[in-house]
Amino acid sequence: MLEIRNLHVTVDDKPILRGLDLTVMAGEVHAIMGPNGSGKSTLAHVLAGREGYVVTAGEILYLGKNLLELAPEERAREGIFLAFQYPVEIPGVANIYLLKAAVNAVRRHRGEQELDAMDFLVLVKEKFRLMDMDESLLYRAVNEGFSGGEKKRNEILQMAVLEPRLAILDETDSGLDIDALKVVANGVEAMRDPDRAIILVTHYQRLLDHIRPDRVHVLAQGRIALSGGPELAQELERRGYGWVEAEAQKMAGAGAQ
Amino acid sequence: MGNQAVQLDELISQDYRHGFYTPMEVDALPHGLSEDVIRMISAKKKEPEFMLEWRLKAFRHWLTMTEPHWATVRHPPIDYQDIVYYSAPRSQQDGPQSLADVDPELLRTYEKLGVPLHERELLAGVAVDAVFDSVSVATTFKAKLGELGIIFCSFSEAVQNHPDLVRQYLGSVVPYTDNFFATLNSAVFSDGSFCYIPPGVRCPMELSTYFRINAKNTGQFERTLIIADRGAYVSYLEGCTAPMRDENQLHAAVVELIALEGAQIKYSTVQNWYPGDKDGKGGIYNFVTKRGDCREANSKISWTQVETGSAITWKYPSVILQGDNSVGEFHSVALTNHYQQADTGTKMIHLGRNTRSTILSKGISAGHGSNAYRGLVKVAKSAVGARNYTQCDSLLLGDRCAAHTFPYIEVKNASARVEHEASTSRIGEDQLFYCQSRGISAEDAVSLIVSGFCKEVFKQLPMEFAVEAQKLLGVSLEGAIG
Ligand SMILES: Nc1ncnc2c1ncn2[C@@H]1O[C@H](COP(=O)(O)OP(=O)(O)OP(=O)(O)O)[C@@H](O)[C@H]1O
Ligand SMILES: [Mg+2]
Repeated sequence: MLEIRNLHVTVDDKPILRGLDLTVMAGEVHAIMGPNGSGKSTLAHVLAGREGYVVTAGEILYLGKNLLELAPEERAREGIFLAFQYPVEIPGVANIYLLKAAVNAVRRHRGEQELDAMDFLVLVKEKFRLMDMDESLLYRAVNEGFSGGEKKRNEILQMAVLEPRLAILDETDSGLDIDALKVVANGVEAMRDPDRAIILVTHYQRLLDHIRPDRVHVLAQGRIALSGGPELAQELERRGYGWVEAEAQKMAGAGAQ
Repeated sequence: MGNQAVQLDELISQDYRHGFYTPMEVDALPHGLSEDVIRMISAKKKEPEFMLEWRLKAFRHWLTMTEPHWATVRHPPIDYQDIVYYSAPRSQQDGPQSLADVDPELLRTYEKLGVPLHERELLAGVAVDAVFDSVSVATTFKAKLGELGIIFCSFSEAVQNHPDLVRQYLGSVVPYTDNFFATLNSAVFSDGSFCYIPPGVRCPMELSTYFRINAKNTGQFERTLIIADRGAYVSYLEGCTAPMRDENQLHAAVVELIALEGAQIKYSTVQNWYPGDKDGKGGIYNFVTKRGDCREANSKISWTQVETGSAITWKYPSVILQGDNSVGEFHSVALTNHYQQADTGTKMIHLGRNTRSTILSKGISAGHGSNAYRGLVKVAKSAVGARNYTQCDSLLLGDRCAAHTFPYIEVKNASARVEHEASTSRIGEDQLFYCQSRGISAEDAVSLIVSGFCKEVFKQLPMEFAVEAQKLLGVSLEGAIG
């Protein structure tokens, strides 16, 4: 589904990703961990097509196509979804309007009939119950004045409604209370599908207790420094990142020679 | 991927769509202004003596005035001797009896603008008094309105057929001495609309007028007078678009509204005149005086305006709240793009007891656009218990546009309550990216955000107008994305 080869990315001329390789197959859930500032959100933004993230080398194939050629909205319509680490507030625009515009943009792209207000409401209400959210949030302005947890749930609601092929969740578990974490985890778990891949960016083992990943990767020094099974996350929880970074440094040094 | 800042830029630099020019024979006076020209205008219109006298008084007063320069707008000096003060489509000299008598070229122009008169008059249930280059060319639904005693006709007709009403009310809200542009209008106004709703009558349809500016170098001096007698109700719509051209054109209209006891007037405008091109060349100068008078108790006047056009807009629809318990409202969306300048706002003059006013102003600036809100809330000593609420929001797109807010508050009665709230926000790249990452194009995202910003004002518009206004904002902001 997703194949990233030797990806180099700079932000404001500062190299952030330096030779990142990652392959994610349909049906898989991958967790990406790593120290603060290691480039996890950068990777997520590059996948979503954010401006200002300059790919200086490497390639990204999504469903066999060159992802980097697509505009952000085209990527979204092709099934890529990014749950933001910091969801953006849009005053004046009702949450439900944004959602409807998004759903219909995707449907138009697929050559499907746009949903009218009634059908759309049915769809949203169904997903809504899953998220255990207060209905009033639908009619409030997008993320405006939402609590941290409400914002994160709203991201998952959007994902559930849009049903992407590749979902990237950037620290959706951060700042959630224990119950909310369960709700979000269940929401993600419900999205597991043989045709869908999910990338979870997280700092915590506790999310992975709920959603068992197929692969766990550690991002350090701008590349995937270490990959393993679910047990790697537990090891990181015990030992921290220091040893991984030391390993990565050694490898980078070796690579340079 | 292009740079997103550039993208936002292209997005907001779409060219004017209604830009075309209809070649027509025009019966115009020579350029320039003098007493002789005014006598000729009055004679051509076969006006009674009192009208000519009024025009001449205005002209003489105008000669003593100087152009105001306090608005935050800049424009090259206007040469008032280089303006043609009267022009009428030649085929209209004797006035058309029906649509069949209307110049087909004229009708085609309306078609292009999406104002098919036939449809409008028949389907939409709207009586259209279309003003094209100063002379009304078609007035419909007169019979139906006539049954209710409603008078809705061109100003010229009103002068001929209802001189007493005109004489009684003309200049009673905006006197001929009022301000430079209103005084000029009083001297030379060519035509406009007149509306009278008799006591207790609720006008059953939205009255609408489509203004259009066409003949080259022709200043437009429209005059509108609307009177709602005791307990009457009327909703009046004004909308306009204009063809592409190079020279700046002056438009100095006057609108007077009078609401008697318990009467209500709702006046809505969607204004889409040629704003000038991307570099700020050409475009209409729109210097308009609009004022309503809640002359008696329990009356209400609401102004709703959506301003997207003109190179320069200078306009302050106001309400004089004379009658006790009378209510004034002002709801406005003003959008400036490219090099457009808008200086608009309102005045609420509280004179009566327990008078209330609400001001809701939404300014949107994009490109190099500059947008100023200027509002005066004045509470006289006599206005016991007066209340005003003002909310003034600005939305900026890009970082080369400007928004200014000038609230003036004068309160002479201690029992008055005046509240003012203001906010400024900017459409950020992060908001656009957030929408794009949900599959929504940047263009649609801007529309979504702008519509959200304006929705409280759009809610005040009649349904079909609201849809039109929404489209217009979209058109004014959208463009090819690189
Ligand atoms: N606009 C920018 N200009 C300069 N540096 C930037 C910019 N954006 C991000 N960076 C830097 O890129 C690096 C990677 O940031 P990124 O947000 O991808 O980290 P992260 O792994 O998601 O961290 P966290 O775990 O704290 O969320 C950081 O050092 C950050 O300061
Ligand atoms: Mg991050």
